[in-house]
Amino acid sequence: MKELLKIAYRGLGRNRRRTLLSALALGLGVALLLMMAAFVEGEMRGSLELGIRLESGHLQVRARDYDSSKASLAWEDLVQSPDVIAAQVAKLAPVRAAAPRLYASGILLAGDESLGVRIVGLDPDSATTGIYREGLRGGAWLAADDREGVLIGEALAAKRNLNVGDRITLLVNTSNGDVDEQRFVIRGIYTTNTPSYDQSNILMPLAKAQAISQAGNRASLIWVMLDDMFQAEAVAAALTSSQYEVKTWEQLNEFVLSIESYSGAMMAVFYLIVLGITATVVVNAMVMAVFERTREIGVLAAIGMKGRRIMALFLIESFLLAVIGVAMGLVLGGIIVYWVSTRGVYLGDLVADMGVTGLLMGDRIYGYLTAQDATMLVIAAFAVTMLASLYPAMLAAHMEPVQALHGGEA
Amino acid sequence: MPVARVESVTRDYAIGDFKTQALRGVSLEIEKGEFLTLVGPSGSGKTTLLQLIGCLDQPTSGKIWINGQDVSRLSRNQRAEIRQSTIGFIFQFYALIPTLSAYENVEMPLLLGRVGASERRERVMHLLEAVGLADRADHRPDQLSGGEQQRTAVARALATNPTMVLADEPTANLDTANGQQVMEIMMRLNQETGVTFVFATHDPRVIKYARRVVTLRDGLVVSNGDAPNAGGE
Repeated sequence: MKELLKIAYRGLGRNRRRTLLSALALGLGVALLLMMAAFVEGEMRGSLELGIRLESGHLQVRARDYDSSKASLAWEDLVQSPDVIAAQVAKLAPVRAAAPRLYASGILLAGDESLGVRIVGLDPDSATTGIYREGLRGGAWLAADDREGVLIGEALAAKRNLNVGDRITLLVNTSNGDVDEQRFVIRGIYTTNTPSYDQSNILMPLAKAQAISQAGNRASLIWVMLDDMFQAEAVAAALTSSQYEVKTWEQLNEFVLSIESYSGAMMAVFYLIVLGITATVVVNAMVMAVFERTREIGVLAAIGMKGRRIMALFLIESFLLAVIGVAMGLVLGGIIVYWVSTRGVYLGDLVADMGVTGLLMGDRIYGYLTAQDATMLVIAAFAVTMLASLYPAMLAAHMEPVQALHGGEA
Repeated sequence: MPVARVESVTRDYAIGDFKTQALRGVSLEIEKGEFLTLVGPSGSGKTTLLQLIGCLDQPTSGKIWINGQDVSRLSRNQRAEIRQSTIGFIFQFYALIPTLSAYENVEMPLLLGRVGASERRERVMHLLEAVGLADRADHRPDQLSGGEQQRTAVARALATNPTMVLADEPTANLDTANGQQVMEIMMRLNQETGVTFVFATHDPRVIKYARRVVTLRDGLVVSNGDAPNAGGE
């Protein structure tokens, strides 16, 4: 084995440029895949986190027939006395915060233009509104008893050229199927760094939202945040009642989670395609090495080296080439992944128009590479390279000594 | 018992639709310690015969025994084992592994035979000294002259204490002085160790060292007998 390793290692040094270029091809492939894996994982994690922070919370307590996609305001679809229920939920140990929310669909009138929006009625004093508070870019936060103040998203403000203090008109659906029209003052501008969300969600105090939508003392749901999101199922089980249903973040973000598992399969195919292409470069280099060394293969066979050892010799050489290539890929990919993980890639408003329904995308994608993804990728790179190298190795092993000694000619 | 016995051996080659017969029924016995030369014009079959005796190839018909063992129909691996343990090769081209030093080239057959490290070292250095290359042990082939490379190949051929060394045109690429030096070393080693040497050549410089000359023509042995200058100069 030692002698094979020695010959294989020195064999790589014979044509250094070819070795370097072959390893570089594999390295670039590995680096590209590391970056892709980090982007996809980062985007999936980002979307899930945004989904939890903006659309689902960790848990939602809501009426059994409530359809969140329709923002139904029918009383039978709403939660009665939501403050009382929220207070009861908040007493549970794993619960960090719980507060009612009311959603209503509406239309924003600004100048000659109108725009479909969603009214989010929330408790301004609740810890569940942290993402909006943290993202306040101008003006003031809402007061619970503010009767005409709203917050609009930064993307909406920019799109409609609206500023703090401006007045806007909202047409809001009501529980009895009518539409109510009222004037509001923009108290502040928030951003969640999610253009598609910020363009279409207008925040106002729960009491005002209940009043304008004629929901009375009702809410669409109780928004619950936990200290540990993985306690969601246990808390949901504890909260089960005959009147309301409790949905966990996993149930509410089923779409994102299904995309994540689907993207895993897609990435596996992508891995194989890219690694397959790079492996052909390695195979090409090894086939050239076999043909260049045909006479040496004959000499080795003549002095008694068996076919399987000759095969092992070229497989070891491929393995060493893969080690160099994968190491280059890890270094290069590591630098890229570090950069996209810490700085992210800014997409800006681009994502506002290309957002997939049910999938929230931030304006900046951050990479996130898991140890599992990196390990799988390294294993895949080695496996594909070694599998592809079987051909040149077998070619060398099956050469007839006599023909090989004559440089491949009979 | 002869170290090699060839009986009615033929070897056919098919090139496209054409079939050529390189050997057409050769019989020969080679005894232990011989210094024998196969001579004949190009295409006479001497290299083919050498390859068959060396278990690099298999006869189309007929039989070959090496040290009494029929090797005519052995598998690739079995033939590789016999080559490793019993036969040393010297080729016209120097046939060294270019990435290995002279020492490592000579050591290679011993590594394949799983010989222990200390015995390997002792044997390799002994052989390199025997061919006058002890001080060039660390040099790679491209740092050695043609004569030195061929002497290294001689040392490698003898590394495993083979029964027989087969040399195909060993001096063809050497100048007169180096060719003579290589032949004298082989003759000395033949006398000192008793290893059988068989050469395929049409170089008169080699033939003059032979103690027996077998002449082939058109795939047949046409003469077989003591060389006129048996025993060399």
